[in-house]
Amino acid sequence: MTGIAVDGEPAIELRDASLRLGGRTIWSGVDLLVGEGEFVAILGPNGAGKSTLLEVLLGLLELAHGEVAVLGGPAGSGNERIGYLPQRRVFDASTRVRGIDVVRLGLDGRRWGVPLPLAGRFSARARSDRELVAQAIEQVGASAYAGRPIGECSGGEQQRLLIAQALVQSPRMLILDEPLDGLDLPNQAGVAALVQGICRAQGVTVLLVAHDVNPLLPYVDRVLYLAGGHAAMGTPEQVITSETLSGLYGAPVEVLKARDGRLVVVGEPEAPHQHGPRHGHEHGPRHVLR
Amino acid sequence: MNPHLTWNLAADVRQLVEYRFMVNALLAASVVAVMAAVVGWFMVLRRETFAGHTLSMMSFPGAAAAALMGLPLAAGYFAFCTAGALVIAGASGVGGRRAPAQESAVIGTVGALALALGFLLLSVYGGVLESLESLLFGSILGVTRGQVLTLAIVAVCVLSLLALAGRPLLFASIDEPLARARRVPVGSLSVAFLLMLGLAVAATAQITGVLLVFALLVAPAGIARELTPRIDAGLALSVLLGLVIAWVGLGLSYFTNYSPGFYVSTIALVLYAGARVARSV
Repeated sequence: MTGIAVDGEPAIELRDASLRLGGRTIWSGVDLLVGEGEFVAILGPNGAGKSTLLEVLLGLLELAHGEVAVLGGPAGSGNERIGYLPQRRVFDASTRVRGIDVVRLGLDGRRWGVPLPLAGRFSARARSDRELVAQAIEQVGASAYAGRPIGECSGGEQQRLLIAQALVQSPRMLILDEPLDGLDLPNQAGVAALVQGICRAQGVTVLLVAHDVNPLLPYVDRVLYLAGGHAAMGTPEQVITSETLSGLYGAPVEVLKARDGRLVVVGEPEAPHQHGPRHGHEHGPRHVLR
Repeated sequence: MNPHLTWNLAADVRQLVEYRFMVNALLAASVVAVMAAVVGWFMVLRRETFAGHTLSMMSFPGAAAAALMGLPLAAGYFAFCTAGALVIAGASGVGGRRAPAQESAVIGTVGALALALGFLLLSVYGGVLESLESLLFGSILGVTRGQVLTLAIVAVCVLSLLALAGRPLLFASIDEPLARARRVPVGSLSVAFLLMLGLAVAATAQITGVLLVFALLVAPAGIARELTPRIDAGLALSVLLGLVIAWVGLGLSYFTNYSPGFYVSTIALVLYAGARVARSV
């Protein structure tokens, strides 16, 4: 596990971690050290356990072995300081709720009671809540369509609104599960650049799960590649190489570099067929040749 | 004196409230309309309309069972509807992750059973259970003060619960994966909401009849969401529409002597069609 030296307190620390679900070892011997303000992409084939790794960091799943610390405490203890974007949420056209209301739920969705009408006139908290929501929406550049029903927004617009929802609590860390999924190439680049901007400007630590590293290449600091039950960590140049990936998969895999700098992984074995209960939200195997 | 509909609105209203039974009917309909509009708004948002429909069927065997046991009909409505809510919640695994296909299969089966059970209990009873028509399609005659009071108490309980749990329920309804990750009690909220839906349906069925609950439960919320995507405005509009539909429906029924259910559902349909047209232009 090569890595850039992390200065200061690590935001995420995972030591010799392994995870078992339904009697199957998803991954083992994973070490992960992420510094404050780093932008790390988590890559790997379907079923490699990328989403489940995020769920471990959020304290939603327990490790079978090893240690985990997030923001200086046990996993799950600091979740209010983490902005989380779960995988593949699409609001269909019949969802008649405004984007701004969805963003706002990221801030106050857990609170009991309902906001009173005209609360903004009497309560300082209501005013500051409204301010925070407006700021988050502006930060992702969604002000123009935040008042529209979210079901009528495009995939890219919905994704920006959901990132605003993850940002609205001013988190120290963003955990984004496939935020680029289902977006076209310009939107993928746009969202990747947006996330990097937030990471740099506010020192927010970012973990981002993706299928394809290419739209992220100009922006990420390091990548964690999960495959074959193991992980490799480092800069994209260190990790996405024929040797490293062949080692992870235990089968010959070739990494080609296209003239435009894009990386193409050839010969990636299909995700193993899984039986029994599956926890992850990843759906059936897809063509993994990119 | 026979009531006549005139062009003088004040005179019409005066005629409407002339009789005690009509005042009771209007009060009961208002209480039920407000509760149904709010609960219905959440039901439409959560796409649980089918569950609401089936719960309304439960009030039919409920009424028959109460008659058989010599209990007040209202007790049967409430008992069967809340029991139905628990059955649907338990059998469709609402406590865990939502499984829509399984949920609708369970709901459909429960609904069929409810109707069959209703007819069975009715034939066992053999006596005169009001009339079957008024049970199914509603009647404005014979709403008592006690009934109005019961409905009001149920409405206050349901609406207070919704006011308390409104925001987390909204969160769980719109964005379940994130709500779950934020440790919102999604499963308990699902069960609690089905119970509230059961209570609201049982109350509404007593006024509109079992089969026409929907005019007050779905239509106001459906119209409101066509007209605005805002949450506060949607809820307010839904309540307003519910009241208008209930009052106008009861009023017309009073003056023409035909069933209120017909008017209530016709007005609901016309308003809904109007809202769809208004939105598309």
